[in-house]
Amino acid sequence: METILEKARTAKERKQESRRKFVKALFRRKVVLFGAIGVLAFILIAVLAPLLAPYDPNKTDFFAALQSPSGAHLLGTDDLGRDVLSRIIYGSRVSLAVGVLAVAIACVAGTFLGMCAAYLGGWADAVIMRSCEALMSIPNTVLAMALIAVFGGGLRNLAIILGLSTVPGYVRMMRAEVLKIKGSDFVMAGKLQGSKNLRLMYKHILPNSLSPIIVMMTQQVGQTILVEAGLSFLGVGVSVPTASWGSMVSDGKAYLLTNPVFAITPGICVAILVICLNMFGDGIRDALDPRLRGDI
Amino acid sequence: MDKLLEVRNIKAQFVTDGNVVNAVDGVSFYLNPGEIIGVVGESGSGKSVTMMSLLQLISSPGRVAGGEVYLENGKDNLLSYPPNGEKMREVRGGKIGMIFQEPMTSLNPVLTVGYQIQETIMLHLGLDKEAARAKAVEMLKLVNIPDAESRFGYYAQQFSGGMRQRIMIAMALAAEPEILIADEATTALDVTTQAQLLEMMQDIAKKTGTSIIIVTHNLGIVAQYAERIYVMYSGHIMEHAGTKALFRRPEHPYTRGLLKAIPRLSDPKGKVLVPIDGLPPNPANRPPYCPFYPRCEYRKERCKEGIPPLRMTEEGHSIACFLSGEELEQREEELSHKLQKETAKKTIKPELCLDIRKVRKYFPVYKGLIRKKIGEVKAIEDITFQVRKGETLGIVGESGCGKTTLARCLMRVYRPDEGEVIFEGTDIARMKDSELISFRPKMQMIFQDPFSSLDPRQTAGSIVGESLKIHHLTKSQEEYEAKVDELFRLVGLSPELRERVPHEFSGGQRQRLGIARALASNPSLIVCDEPISALDVSIQAQIINLLEELQSRLGLTYLFIAHDLAVVKHISDRIMVMYLGRIVEFSDCLDLYEEPLHPYTKALLSAVPDANPDAGRERIPLKGEVPSILKRPAGCPFSDRCNLTEDRCRKETPQLKEVKPGHRVACFLYEQQEDA
Repeated sequence: METILEKARTAKERKQESRRKFVKALFRRKVVLFGAIGVLAFILIAVLAPLLAPYDPNKTDFFAALQSPSGAHLLGTDDLGRDVLSRIIYGSRVSLAVGVLAVAIACVAGTFLGMCAAYLGGWADAVIMRSCEALMSIPNTVLAMALIAVFGGGLRNLAIILGLSTVPGYVRMMRAEVLKIKGSDFVMAGKLQGSKNLRLMYKHILPNSLSPIIVMMTQQVGQTILVEAGLSFLGVGVSVPTASWGSMVSDGKAYLLTNPVFAITPGICVAILVICLNMFGDGIRDALDPRLRGDI
Repeated sequence: MDKLLEVRNIKAQFVTDGNVVNAVDGVSFYLNPGEIIGVVGESGSGKSVTMMSLLQLISSPGRVAGGEVYLENGKDNLLSYPPNGEKMREVRGGKIGMIFQEPMTSLNPVLTVGYQIQETIMLHLGLDKEAARAKAVEMLKLVNIPDAESRFGYYAQQFSGGMRQRIMIAMALAAEPEILIADEATTALDVTTQAQLLEMMQDIAKKTGTSIIIVTHNLGIVAQYAERIYVMYSGHIMEHAGTKALFRRPEHPYTRGLLKAIPRLSDPKGKVLVPIDGLPPNPANRPPYCPFYPRCEYRKERCKEGIPPLRMTEEGHSIACFLSGEELEQREEELSHKLQKETAKKTIKPELCLDIRKVRKYFPVYKGLIRKKIGEVKAIEDITFQVRKGETLGIVGESGCGKTTLARCLMRVYRPDEGEVIFEGTDIARMKDSELISFRPKMQMIFQDPFSSLDPRQTAGSIVGESLKIHHLTKSQEEYEAKVDELFRLVGLSPELRERVPHEFSGGQRQRLGIARALASNPSLIVCDEPISALDVSIQAQIINLLEELQSRLGLTYLFIAHDLAVVKHISDRIMVMYLGRIVEFSDCLDLYEEPLHPYTKALLSAVPDANPDAGRERIPLKGEVPSILKRPAGCPFSDRCNLTEDRCRKETPQLKEVKPGHRVACFLYEQQEDA
């Protein structure tokens, strides 16, 4: 009885052990830790926006328009006299939500479709890939505008539409990866063990084909935020008073020579977020791959 | 005698992660004019790095860390030349030519082969374009490229692997070098092609007076073709001797161990392989004493005092070992008295495990936009044989003979187009995937490549236990844990290693994991697809012995696919020889080796380089190379290479017929005997 309990405990311990190993491998490189802290900070800022913002982001004050940074307004004010810092803090909510949500949708749908195309082949492959090519032949912005015109705007629709328009990239990448891995000996070994298709896909193929997807995701967040900016600029993005980093960049663009802080700071925010996500994403990819984990 | 090339105490280092790895640690050797020498060693022994170092071809992060190289008794140390200077370039290609292992990548695909040879000639011999072209054609003729004149304008991909390697040799010899270094030049080729090439190199060496250094891991090749041999291990030369002396009286413990561990074609069937325990040391943490110490059966305390220098034991024979000849002999005597493990006893039952009837598999070839079917690759056809429970059936043949396709048809990775695959009384040839699942646990497979056949993201434990989970073979978590631990012990691995991932294991250990995975579901049939060909020579015996032991303990039936005929002879009870998708001969193991009947089998057996220079063997030369399966000749598949072809062979396909009890062959030669 004692030994059985011990065995069971060791199995549980083993699981904890491997989790510990993963975390240790993840933060082994300082860059990854830095990235993780950065991403966490952005999330905190977005969540705690009402507490952090010194002013109401949408309160206009025409007498204080286009001020340079000062004690009262740390990053100055915009053309309508709104506090830039507060708008950036609130804007992080929209930008993060749109960016992360859109990428999550694109990644889940793309990974699934790409895997189906490669694994099932034949008609499934042809239908999925031809649809993707059709989708890719329409410029992203035009497609998004058309869809918004049909389904309406709003944060949720925006995220879904932006996500869908980037799906083909994931599908193609995933398909290529799966085709490569599908032919490996270990997949055949799994099949000969008696694994069903679903198990093969989930247990062997998926974990081994995620690396490039993770890298692609971290890069796409920035892209999506910028596309959202473009849409906001065209007036089909987030509705007018709501702050988003993208819309702030396009608003501030007109004042780039006289009041550069207004346009540049939200741009810098996008850049920092993307860099942090990239560093964190690379860390996750490396930690997930036992071959890159190194000696721990 | 004047030495053509002398290398003294050459050292090469690699810097990785701030650590200095001494890949080659003071190697000295020489080469006489017109001589063929062999440098043998396992992977990581530093044999290739030595050759690259003397040509200063090592690139960053590696560097040549010391030593001297003299050519033709010259005064200049080659290593003192700047690596990319004119003098060094003159030596490379001009004085010393080199051929590499991979014929598929060593020729430039966008230039014609003729141009590539021509270029070398113009560069080193200073001939004009026309003369160089004529010389290039002459070189192509020298290496027996048929129709050399027109082949001059062909590209690399228009040639087969063997042909490409001939072209590489032509290129290496084009500048009339005095030395040719062949670094595993025939490893990637089929046995019959390998023999053709090595014989051709031998001929050319005699004709032109070129000296050759054969670098290989294959003891058979050096035994057959080299005059002197250097045995390397872990960056050092362990033994140096004339070929006959080395194989008759190996002195160094490593060489002694190797010769006991490898199966040789000329060995009697019952030979017990004595594996060398342990693994070759990782070059990064080599001990400061004799590198073979941890695996040595002869070691004494004083072996740990330093690295033994090479010392002469008799004229032309030297070893790097502290122990005296008497000490070694004495220990050898003790070891031979030590109770040798008997070859595992096996019991072959009369009932059939596998009954294959007329199996055929063709692969369609599609072309064009609408993927129109334009033909078929006739991978295997008319395959009929039986395997009894508990026996080992060896399947041999060169690449493209269909042995892997056959294995996959039996395992039902592919669905045979025709025929029956009766496994333990049930025909599984037409079953659907879902019906097959219940048969999967009973038939398992061990793969050739231990690196690609294990999921890199799974832990060793979950790889081994996967089929237990899939088929719910254990009732509780505790039972599962215990069973996985037991499987680890069964294949000689510590259960503590369960949480490791595959890349943390060595090749041999990975193959053990592959075997444990196959055993997990308690199978009755295991298909071993070249299970040891990717492993180091000193590790192979460990795996062969493990497979034999498991067979006798668990009553397994093996289908053992391999191209190494010596290994097949050692492990098999019966053997099936395949050629271009058909069975050409099927016989009891001993019968086949003692009295091969089919002309192909005869040629194949005579082409295997045997690691025994004294075994006098008749060499049956074979025309051409294994043709592509797309161009199988009509009639007997072997008809265009056979020396005894008659008209009938080109028109009709001979059927497999029993010539004497238990010995079947598909050849008209033996039918005519019967008729008469």
